[in-house]
Order: sequence, then C-alpha cells, then structure tokens
Amino acid sequence: MADRRPESLLPLPPAVFHILMALADEDRHGYGIIQEVSSRTDAEVRLSPGTLYRSIQRMLEDDLIVEISERPAPELDDERRRYYRITAFGRAAARAEANRLHELVRLARASGFHPKKA
Amino acid sequence: MRIYRVVLRLYPKSFRAEYAAEMEKDFAHHWRDAAAGARAWLVLNAVVDTLWNAARVHADITKQDVRYSLRSVRRAAGFSATAVAVAALGIGATTAAFSLADHVLIRPLPFPESERLVRVWEELSLRGYARVEPSPPNFEDWRRQSTMFERLEAFTGFGGAMTGRGEATPVIGATVTPGMLPMLGRQAAIGRILTEADVARDAERPIVISDRLWQSLFAASPDVIGQTLTLDRTTYSIIGVMPADFYFPERRTDFWRMLRFSASNGDDDRGNNYLQVIGRLKPGVSIEDAQAELRVIAANLGRLYPKELEGVSATMRPWRDQVAQQPRLLLLGLVGASLCVLLIACTNLANLLMSRALARRTEFAVRAAVGASVDRLVRQMLTESMMLALIGGVLGVLVALASLPLLVRLVPTALPIAELPPLDLRMLTGTLVLTTVTGLAFGLLPAVRVCRKTDPAALKDGARGGTSRGTERMRSTLVVAEIVASVVLIVCVGLLTQALLAVQRVDPGFKVDNLLTMRTALPSTDYGALDRRLQFYSHVLDRVHALPGVESASYISWLPMGAFRGGIWEVLSSNPDATAPDGFAPLRGGERQSASIRFVTPRFFETVGTPVLRGRDVAASDIVTSPFVAVVSESFANKFFPDQDPIGRSFAIGLAARTIVGVVGDIKVRGLERDSEPQVYMPAAQQRMLFFYAPKDLVVRASVPPATLAPAVRGIIASAAPELPITAVQTMEQLVAGETAPRVVQLRVLGGFAVIALLLAAIGIHGLLAFTVTSRAREIGVRIALGAKARDIMWMIVGRSAALTGTGVIVGAVLAYAAGRSLQAVLFGVEPANPAVFGAAAAIAALMALAGSLMPAWRAVRVDPIEVTRSE
Repeated sequence: MADRRPESLLPLPPAVFHILMALADEDRHGYGIIQEVSSRTDAEVRLSPGTLYRSIQRMLEDDLIVEISERPAPELDDERRRYYRITAFGRAAARAEANRLHELVRLARASGFHPKKA
Repeated sequence: MRIYRVVLRLYPKSFRAEYAAEMEKDFAHHWRDAAAGARAWLVLNAVVDTLWNAARVHADITKQDVRYSLRSVRRAAGFSATAVAVAALGIGATTAAFSLADHVLIRPLPFPESERLVRVWEELSLRGYARVEPSPPNFEDWRRQSTMFERLEAFTGFGGAMTGRGEATPVIGATVTPGMLPMLGRQAAIGRILTEADVARDAERPIVISDRLWQSLFAASPDVIGQTLTLDRTTYSIIGVMPADFYFPERRTDFWRMLRFSASNGDDDRGNNYLQVIGRLKPGVSIEDAQAELRVIAANLGRLYPKELEGVSATMRPWRDQVAQQPRLLLLGLVGASLCVLLIACTNLANLLMSRALARRTEFAVRAAVGASVDRLVRQMLTESMMLALIGGVLGVLVALASLPLLVRLVPTALPIAELPPLDLRMLTGTLVLTTVTGLAFGLLPAVRVCRKTDPAALKDGARGGTSRGTERMRSTLVVAEIVASVVLIVCVGLLTQALLAVQRVDPGFKVDNLLTMRTALPSTDYGALDRRLQFYSHVLDRVHALPGVESASYISWLPMGAFRGGIWEVLSSNPDATAPDGFAPLRGGERQSASIRFVTPRFFETVGTPVLRGRDVAASDIVTSPFVAVVSESFANKFFPDQDPIGRSFAIGLAARTIVGVVGDIKVRGLERDSEPQVYMPAAQQRMLFFYAPKDLVVRASVPPATLAPAVRGIIASAAPELPITAVQTMEQLVAGETAPRVVQLRVLGGFAVIALLLAAIGIHGLLAFTVTSRAREIGVRIALGAKARDIMWMIVGRSAALTGTGVIVGAVLAYAAGRSLQAVLFGVEPANPAVFGAAAAIAALMALAGSLMPAWRAVRVDPIEVTRSE
C-alpha cells in the first residue's frame, strides 16, 4: 500500500471523513466514535452502527486506521472494547479531503455562492 | 436485544465475527438510554440500518470475489473455456426447449384476457366425432339462447386468388362474423377493425388486411385505407391494417372479411357443418357452467329438429389447450431431453470444478492460513462457478436463438401465435433462473467438499495428491449420473427412431414416387357451372397427357394428406325419403356412418398407383346424364356390404344415390398415423352440387423426374385460366414427407442432444479415471514394483470404468423404460421395452466408457515405479 497516494481515495465518503476527524486527537472505540461525531456536529450527524462498522472495515483495508492492541488505563477502558487509531496515511487522506473541500468552497465563493455565516 | 442479534445475521459471517459483539454493545447502550416509547423506533432504525449496510458489505465482498475470480479464470483459460462451453450447451439446449414449450403450451394467447376465450364445437357422439364444426343455424341459436358468453362469434377460412396487381397470387384469409375482431380485443395498427357497424356498409365490402400484406402489396404506404383489393373477382375496400403480431386464426392469414349467412349458400341447413366458433366467457363464468348450459340448449334444439340434430350436442375447451397430443408430446420430449443434457452438463462441470479445486488445495490452504474463513472460501468458489455459469448463460441464449429456427416445425401452424417465441423478459428471466440454478448446482458440491478439508497438510511440500474416499465417491456418483442421463437419451432416440421407421413403413395406399402435384382453386364465380369445370379439366388434362414424360394425370377434390383431409358425408340407403334432410332413408338398423367423399376425373387410380381390386375405374362415359356411379374403397365395401359382391349395389351419399362400379385399395386420406374413414370416389362429370368438393388438385405420374415437368404443366394451366393462381406445387414425396417432418426435426434435435450427452459423459469418465491414475500413481508404481502385470493394472482402471458404466446402464435402463412409457402415444405401436433399442443403448454406453478409459489405462500401465516412489 506504500505506493498509494491519499488522493486516490478522494472524495472520501462523509462517514469516513467524520471518523477520521473523530480519531484525529484520540484513539477511540466504535461507540466512542459515534458519540464524538455526534457532539462535534451538534447531533447533526449520527452514524448508524451499520455505517460505522462497514466504514471501519473498509478503512482498515485501506490502511486509513489501525486497530491498536494497547489499552487506555483500565479505569478509562470501556468494557474492553476494540480501539482504533488514525494512521499517517489516514491523516494525509483527511488533509487531502479537507483541501479538496476547501478548493470547492473557494470556487463556490468565486461564483458568488457565499456560505451562510454561522 | 435478541431481535438485534437475529437481524445482525444478515451480515456475512466474516463481518459478524469481527464486529457483531461491538455492535451489540452499542445497541445495548442505546437501549439503556432510550425511553420506553422510543425503543420501538430504535429497533426499526436498527433493522433498516442493517438491511442497507449488510447489502453493501455483501456487495463489497462479491466485488472482491469477482475480481479475484476474473483473475483466476484468466489464469486457467483452457479450463474456463471448457466450463463455459459445457454450460452454454446445457443452458442453451434447455432455454431453447423450454421457451418453445412455453410458447406453444403455456404462454397466454396474444389477446387481452385470453383465458376467457374458448373454442366451441358440435359433438356428434352417435357418429363417433367428438368435435365437429357447428352449422350456421345451430351457431345462431346457441348465440341467441346462451347467457354465459360475453360474445359468441364464428369464422371460416378462405383461400382465394388475388388479382389486379400483377400476377394472380394465392392468399389465405378468414371470413369472420362482424363481432369477431372486437371480441378478440386487438385494435388495428392503421384504420379500424371490422365491427357490427359494418353490417350496414355491406355493399362497400369492407376488408381488413394483415401487416404482411400491407408491406408486400402497398409498400407499407400510410394511405392504404380506402384502396381496393380484388379477391376471386370481387372487389373489397380496405378499412384497416392489423398489427404485425396479430395472428388469427393462424399465422398465414392475410385478410379478414365479413361473414354473411345466406340460404343460397346452404346456411339454413343444420347439417352444413363448416363454422369455427370462438366465444368469450363472461367474467367469472366457468367453462363447465357454460358447457352445461350449451348442452341444455343443444338438447332442446335436438327435440325441435329431431331428424337433423339426433345425438348432436355441444362441447368446448379453452382456446389455449387446442394443441393436439402429438405436438404436445414431441415438445415435452424435447424438454425432458434438454434437462438430461443440462444434468449431464452440470455434473460434468461439478467434476471439472472438483478436480480443479483439488488441484488448488495449496492455494486455499494458504488463504485459510492467512485468516480466510471457510465460508469465505466457499463463497469465493461459488462466485467463480456463478461467473462461469453466467458467461455460459449469455452464450447459451445465443445458442438457443441460433437453434430455435431449426425447431419451427414443432410449432403447430394452427395456433394464433408467432412462428417463434420472442426474445423477451420472460425468456431472459427463465434463462437467468436456469443459469443461477446451474451455477449453484455445479459449484456448491465441489466448494463444500473441498473447503471442508482445507487442512494445513496441503501446504507441506510433497503432500500426497490423494483424495478422500468421500470426494472420490461423490465424483463417481456424478459420472454415474451422466451415464444414466445418456442412456435415457439414447433409448428415447432409439424408440423414436423405431417409431419414425414404423410410420414411414405405413403403406399410404398409393405409390409415392414420380408424382407431381399442384392446386388450382376454382372460384365459384367462374366455375360454379359443371360445364365450365369440365371444359377446364379436359383442356388441362388433354395437354398434360400429351407432354413427353407424362404417363397419366388426373384431378381430385383434395389429395390425401394434403391441407384438407376432411370432407366426409353420411352414408344413407338409396331409398328416397322426402321427410329426411338428405332425401334418403338411413341405412338398415338406423346406424349412422360416414365416409370420405372425393370427386375425381378418369384415370386417378392409375395415376397414383392405387390398385383397382374389382370392377372398374371412373370412366369418361360417366357423365351427368348417365346413371350415377361410385368407386369405393375396400374398407367401404367390407363395412357396408359384407359377405357379398359390392359391384352393382346402391347407396346414397352427398345428396345423390349411386351404384358401385368398382372397388379400390384404401388410401390413408387423413395421414399415415391416423385412421381414415372408408372412401367413396365419384366422377367429376357427375357433380351437380357440393361445389366445395369440386376437383382442384392435379396429380401427374411422370416417367421423368416429376419436378422437371412443373414449368410445362404450369404453362398449360395458365393457358386455360390465366387469372388462377397455382399453389402447392410439390412432388408427392414432399407431401408425404410433411407427415413425418415434425418427428424428423425432433429426432434430429434429440439425436444431437444424445451425441452431446455421450461426449460429455465420455469426458466425465476420462476426467475421473485420469484423476484416479494421477492420485494413485504411487500405489500403482508400488504394485508394478511388486510385480503386478500390465494386464492387472489395465484391469484396475478399466474395471473401475466398467463398474461405473454398469451401474449407470442399469439405473438408466429403468428410467428410460419409464420415459418410453410416457412417450407411448407418439411411439406408433413400438413397445417401450424394445430389446434391440435397449441392447444398442447399453452397447453404445459401453463403447463410450471404453473410449473414456483408454487413455487413463494406458497412462496407468506406463507409470514408472522408480519415478513415483523416489520422493518418499
């Protein structure tokens, strides 16, 4: 996989991008990812379990994330779940996706389509 | 929670193994957090989510498998090509046979709500006829009195000459009651159809034409409406063109004109049976109810007209079920045979795949070692077999499309359906199902067999190539199944060949060779008068007799085994009875018997080679002013004048009393395979009435090849009547060959199937034995090293083949006997337990087995003991 460029995966499916963002600062288990995505988006995006694990399966195959064997401190470990960590390749892909979206927004602005101010 | 666990089973096993536990935990979280009312919503969400995502996970895996399969299919191109070809043959044969049978026997007729359409007949049980065309007065009474039909309509066929547009052309059409086309429920493509409103416009002679006629005659011009068409010198005005896929009453019908009953045409005669009747039942009315009511009506009519309608009832059956037993059985036989071919193809493929899978055990073991689960491997193999089957299926459709035109003779012309089944969704869906079943059938067994034993031992270098006993037994069973199916096919082909030979051996009652035949239908407008007809006959016959190469020639109403085989009349005594419908009293004992009647010109029997057994032929001196005479067939004499000299006896038939002047041999008027009525031949010069029976078929005995006479004879007829079309120009040999044509076609197809089956079975035996030799090479080597003779080794292999073949032949013979019994109706008296056929089938199977085992046996004998034991 070493010779693969992150751009070859673009555009990332929204669920995959969200999962990468949720793992950006911390290793999480599946349910943790769902909660993180939900809180980051003010409950706008709720990943269903099916979508989550299907995405995780593909992201593992694509080397975007890895399953890690070391555990957080036992008091933080939630029911001995499986934890996932973003890879360097995953970070590169997320960055490339962000760039792509950024370019897209720039083009939209140039055409007079301004996003609403939050 | 339990529900969720069940729903999760929709995911592939491999996915479940990885994530199901986590997903259940997540779900438990949500469940805990949800209020009691929201839980139902939660479950619904989970179900929808699982359905959606499980489908996509499956799709992902299939995509991977397909990619992998494509690679492995490409790598083993030889194997793949063989497998695809075998699958294409099996699927193609079955698709062709099934779509043909579906087309002829099952598919609804191409009319709206066609299941309500029924054919209606008179039933003359007293005279032994189950179905007779109704007469106009009976039809009209039924129509008036019955309450069960939405409509009851009638038609009659019409063949005539179209003139006024170049050369006179023969055309076939139908004369229909004005409600017929509206009842069928199809609209015209251009203009309109005939309706009841056209009765008022009778003087304009409205006519509707077929798409074919429109294309050929009017070059598909859109302003055809209002143009005229001349048929038998009557001019009709075109009011509509039917769509190309409108066939009624049969495929070749080119126009529809209006049927009007008139007394001058004999339409007030209750014994004038010539109508074809079709009814549309009211919605919800069963055919039994309609028949019961019609029988009551017929019984009442019988009381009103006791003389004419004694014993006359009514009968009906769905129009769809009109296919006669013989074409039905021929088609079903074809379907059965194609299933045999498919079975053989599947078993062959299973065996091919099995040996390939065994050869790939190392590959599977590697994949299993790196974590592929057994179900993933099974799935992978199934994807591969499905892919081979699908490619085979696509090719199979092409095979079917290419072979269907060869089977046209098996589609009866008398049905209102297209010549060939259309390539439509129905056929493609059928093929897809067939392909899927095929792919599963030949893929599943080997996949499960092999993957159950993905033992790591296969990884070891120099692992034994041996196979488990179970696999060996499975492969043997498959080979036996192939032999069984081939034996069944060979026996059926043998029985049907015997039947064909038996039919061809039937004496038609005349000498088939060196006869030229052709028809000139004489329109009643010009040839209604006897003088005009006799003038025509003598003009033609005098000149034909003068042609070099002609021995004799004659005209007859209809040739035996031709397009029209009916034409029967009740045999009465010669005692006049003014109160009886025909003017003569019934035969002694009041028994009612019919005979086939034909009018002939002199020298007919000499021409066709039918022996005159007693008395004389019809003579030139038998004219309308001399005493009326008849020549009868031997069976007629035996039946009506047993134990006495029939010459000089009298009887009445066809509205006249006649004296027998000659007895001739019987002719198979109705065909080689059917019983024919006794025959009565009357001089054409004594035909004052019954214009329908006027001689129109010319037959010429030649001393040169008969076809070479055709141009000269045509020229003579054209010089006598340039406006008449000449049709059905053929030798008598061609005419009689038409009798057995469907059988010949079916046999050719079945024969082809049998050859394919034999080939495949031989390949199957070869494959199995070759594999046995390879996997037991070491054992064979050891045996040879220990002093086994070449003969022993050879016997080891051939004996195995003999055991398989013997089992296959015994089981096959039993099944073949059952198949033969179900075909009995088309076997024409050939016994299903025909020892010659079964013996030949066994011998052929043995030869095939021998051919399949020769190479492996040779290889076994040449095994080098040092070579194979060295690796130990």
